Amino acid sequence: MTDIDLKAMLYGAEHDVARDAGYPDAPPRMGFFTDTSICIGCKACEVACKEWNHVPEDGINFTGMSYDNSVSLGADTWRHVKFIEQPKSLGNNFAGLQRAPVDLGMPTLTRPGDELEADQASEFRWLMASDVCKHCTHAACLDVCPTGALFRTEFGTVVVQQDVCNGCGYCVPACPYGVIDKREDDGRVWKCTLCYDRLGEGQEPACAKACPTESIQFGPLDELRERAAKRVEQLHESGVTDARLYGESPDDGVGGDGAFFLLLDEPEVYGLPPDPVVTTRDLPSMWKHAAAAAATLLAGIALCFGGRRS
Amino acid sequence: MTDVTKDGLVGERPGREAMIGAHGTTERLRPRRGKRRGGEQLMVPPAEPVSYYGKPVLNRPVWSAGDIAGYLFTGGLAGASSVVAAGAELTGRDTLARSAKVTALGAISVSAGLLVHDLGRPDRFYNMLRVFKPTSPMSVGSWLLAGYGPAAGVAALTDVTGLFPRIGRSATLAAAGLGPAVASYTGVLFADTAVPAWHEAYRELPFVFVGSATIAASGLGLLAAPLAENAPVRRSAVLGALVELAASHRMEGHGLVSEPYAEAKAGRLLRASKALTVAGAFTAATLAGRSRLGAAAAGGALLAASAITRFGIFQAGLQSADDPKYTLRPQRDRLQSRG
Repeated sequence: MTDIDLKAMLYGAEHDVARDAGYPDAPPRMGFFTDTSICIGCKACEVACKEWNHVPEDGINFTGMSYDNSVSLGADTWRHVKFIEQPKSLGNNFAGLQRAPVDLGMPTLTRPGDELEADQASEFRWLMASDVCKHCTHAACLDVCPTGALFRTEFGTVVVQQDVCNGCGYCVPACPYGVIDKREDDGRVWKCTLCYDRLGEGQEPACAKACPTESIQFGPLDELRERAAKRVEQLHESGVTDARLYGESPDDGVGGDGAFFLLLDEPEVYGLPPDPVVTTRDLPSMWKHAAAAAATLLAGIALCFGGRRS
Repeated sequence: MTDVTKDGLVGERPGREAMIGAHGTTERLRPRRGKRRGGEQLMVPPAEPVSYYGKPVLNRPVWSAGDIAGYLFTGGLAGASSVVAAGAELTGRDTLARSAKVTALGAISVSAGLLVHDLGRPDRFYNMLRVFKPTSPMSVGSWLLAGYGPAAGVAALTDVTGLFPRIGRSATLAAAGLGPAVASYTGVLFADTAVPAWHEAYRELPFVFVGSATIAASGLGLLAAPLAENAPVRRSAVLGALVELAASHRMEGHGLVSEPYAEAKAGRLLRASKALTVAGAFTAATLAGRSRLGAAAAGGALLAASAITRFGIFQAGLQSADDPKYTLRPQRDRLQSRG
């Protein structure tokens, strides 16, 4: 506990978050690796999460955003499956939209696409990705929480203590990913706990358990990072050169995510910030500027009272 | 079933090795076109990555404008008034000193009330003092209020009642010492977020806020003090306005992320506040020394300007969080310049 580098606790690579948070004998840091290349968009993760964590309904909407009707992560959406439709091929896969029409012997009806020339038709791919709280190494939500309601668990995850949160809402704009949010009728903030209750019992989180394709993989972060690196290599070899990891690097702006992803396009396409930086990186400088401003106020008004009484 | 325990994986399923984009390749069905080969080929040039259906990346601040912009305004008014009170007391301007002390107590009470009102669970406001966290500006602010509030209270009550003058003097000086921090820490409160317009302005925000707090306290002094005592607050009105306008100018010069300060509702509010600041400071420098009415007009304009500034900056933060381009473009540019 004594050799903690204070600056490293605000920004940069941090080797052992749980130990730095005061757990001398912490288990390995646990996390998620969400491999979106094998996500089939079934939303079992969303459902399992809601069921296990008693997350209330988040709006019965029809958004027109492909198959995505839960829109974004928030107080009542802790797993969110995104759907992106693109006129693009997926590796060597061929969408089949440009195939020569096959005569099915049906009455003469034109089918969509029939009238197109081959070079007018388009390719198509459908990206699906289950988003979740990133459980950052440098978690802004946790750092700015004034009550200590947000805390670092022994597994290195970030969890809200609902019996402490007073709903000040500071964590909401602090999160660079737009994850945590306030549940209006409840007054407190909520987000993914990485199923802290299940982890304590040696179980995997509900979403990972429910995922039928193991797009959501749970385990010690070190292992997940190794596995993810292999997976990217494998995909590149098979021609899916779009594959890239997101949030796995301990050297990124948040010190690496506890929940990271394999994406098939730029992060922006998935609504993810391409280079998030934890706001507390600049906090020492912010306090210095605030101190200088306070001194300016004091000296400035004192100056105005100086001199002779008029 | 797979089970992932702390001891490792049991019974992995084979699905996670599925080779998308390789399986079921139908190369012969691909239209032969030019030099196209297998692998990643684009039909159209890659569009500049935009966003996910135009949805914001960040979650919008859940604070209410009335509560939090009001909290900033009243906190600033109180903090700077305490400095004015000490200056007035030490130079024998009793009416100015008393009005500034009463203002400080009233404003900080409203301020704390607004802060509690904004909580999702106001009955748990005391959890703010459960820990002390320098990484949380709101924690630091809560402790500042816990120290400053009683000092401002004792300063005002001893002045009004005439009781315990020596305790009153200490409280006045303590409040003047803590007041500037109460006025400036709110710059960190906004800056220590992921909201681009607020975060990128972290160097300037505390100066905008202390300038704005100074004109508010000066304005109140101009309203309350007789002409014979208002010379210092006339000067501080001008000084505060200069600091605020200069800091605002810099704050609004961060390129794309500063756009919300000039646009839509935030732009309108901030333009109005600047006009009022200039008008108020000009009147303070000219008419307010000669006419009670002029002093009152200057004071009113300066108070209004200070309040509107906080609402404008608050609103700019909402606009900044609502449009994904403010979050995404600077980050993409940063990545590209890094290569």
